[in-house]
Amino acid sequence: MSASHQAPFIAASEPASPERRAFALRDELVDRGLVETGDAEALVHNAAQELSPINGARVVARAWVDPHFRQRLLVNATAAAKELGIEGPEGHQMVAVENTATTHNVIVCTQCSCTAWPLLGLPPDWYKAPPYRARVVREARALLAQMGLQLPAATNIRVWDASGETRYVVLPMRPQGTEHLTEEQLACLVARDALIGVARIEDGTAK
Amino acid sequence: MDGPHDLGGKTGFGEVTREVNEPVFHQPWEGLAWALNVLSIAKLRAYKVDAYRHAVERMKPSWYSDARYYERMLTGVTTLLVEQGVVSLEDLERRAGGRVPVSNPVAQPPVLQTEHSEKPDARFSPGDPVRVIAKATPGHSRCPAYIRGKEGVIRLVYPLAYYPELRAHSTVKRREHSYAVEFAAAHLWNEGDSSQTVLVELFESYLEAQ
Repeated sequence: MSASHQAPFIAASEPASPERRAFALRDELVDRGLVETGDAEALVHNAAQELSPINGARVVARAWVDPHFRQRLLVNATAAAKELGIEGPEGHQMVAVENTATTHNVIVCTQCSCTAWPLLGLPPDWYKAPPYRARVVREARALLAQMGLQLPAATNIRVWDASGETRYVVLPMRPQGTEHLTEEQLACLVARDALIGVARIEDGTAK
Repeated sequence: MDGPHDLGGKTGFGEVTREVNEPVFHQPWEGLAWALNVLSIAKLRAYKVDAYRHAVERMKPSWYSDARYYERMLTGVTTLLVEQGVVSLEDLERRAGGRVPVSNPVAQPPVLQTEHSEKPDARFSPGDPVRVIAKATPGHSRCPAYIRGKEGVIRLVYPLAYYPELRAHSTVKRREHSYAVEFAAAHLWNEGDSSQTVLVELFESYLEAQ
């Protein structure tokens, strides 16, 4: 047990902070021999390294430069990502939904916060908080506009609620004026918000 | 269960605020909460992800609404490990130096089958019109309230998967297909935008032919 997280016992009616509760649970599991010292910390370290929207950006850039890969991605995103060495937890059934001139896609998990971790990373707070989860299925166009994405009136919006096994990623449209960019440079244009569908990739300026 | 987690279409939550250059974890304890959930599922095999989701859904609604994501996650993990006797609340409270709140108990377990089963053939195909069952069920469910009783169209057929209700509340296994079902926003909401649709992944048991 790490002594630094031990505290004197106080009145039981006072809730301990989430921080104290988290360290208490870890120390209890370690002391009972159920979890090795350092197990949790190693997972956190790996999560930061391996679960990242940089992976999603690589997949998108490959799809933009390679029509055959794009086709494979749209048929089976899990297999296509694996071609690039990208796989992991919450990534066993991934589906890519493609933006076109007439349809914009946006993803949400209204009941919890399901996300394609290998492609998007662990999701940001706003994606997990009530306002986004409540509103995007009801008023996507107005909400996206408030988030800075004004969609043309003629564009249809498809909202994908990840309420089952499937984890979605948006395949954004390749911005105009990027014909001269390399695959690596294209990947630098793709930020997580575009993979969720709450931002458009404007042009050749880096994210 | 109509819990505080089932947020689709609820109003009054205000603006979406995004943090610039948000870190993956704001505090080390948030990463710890995430890692302890992963370890409890994958290493200790103490529970399935469906039971975890339900443990979070069982938080007192006012607490759920005010707590941030990783406090909800920590609460789900703690609740299940205490309920299963893996750790004791007293030990945790002694270490934490204060009360360790947990979720409410399972209020009303759903009536569940007792034999394993599998429905290998997909009942529906893309283009089929379907209606979502209208009744709320007790316990865990992945059928959100906002599409209950609503009519939609099958767009994608997904592979066989374990039925979440059973995996949350028992060790009985049932596999069936799920589907991406498309609903017109104008059908779901009075003020619905005619150019918007919502695609919800729904298990076959949540659907009936229309």
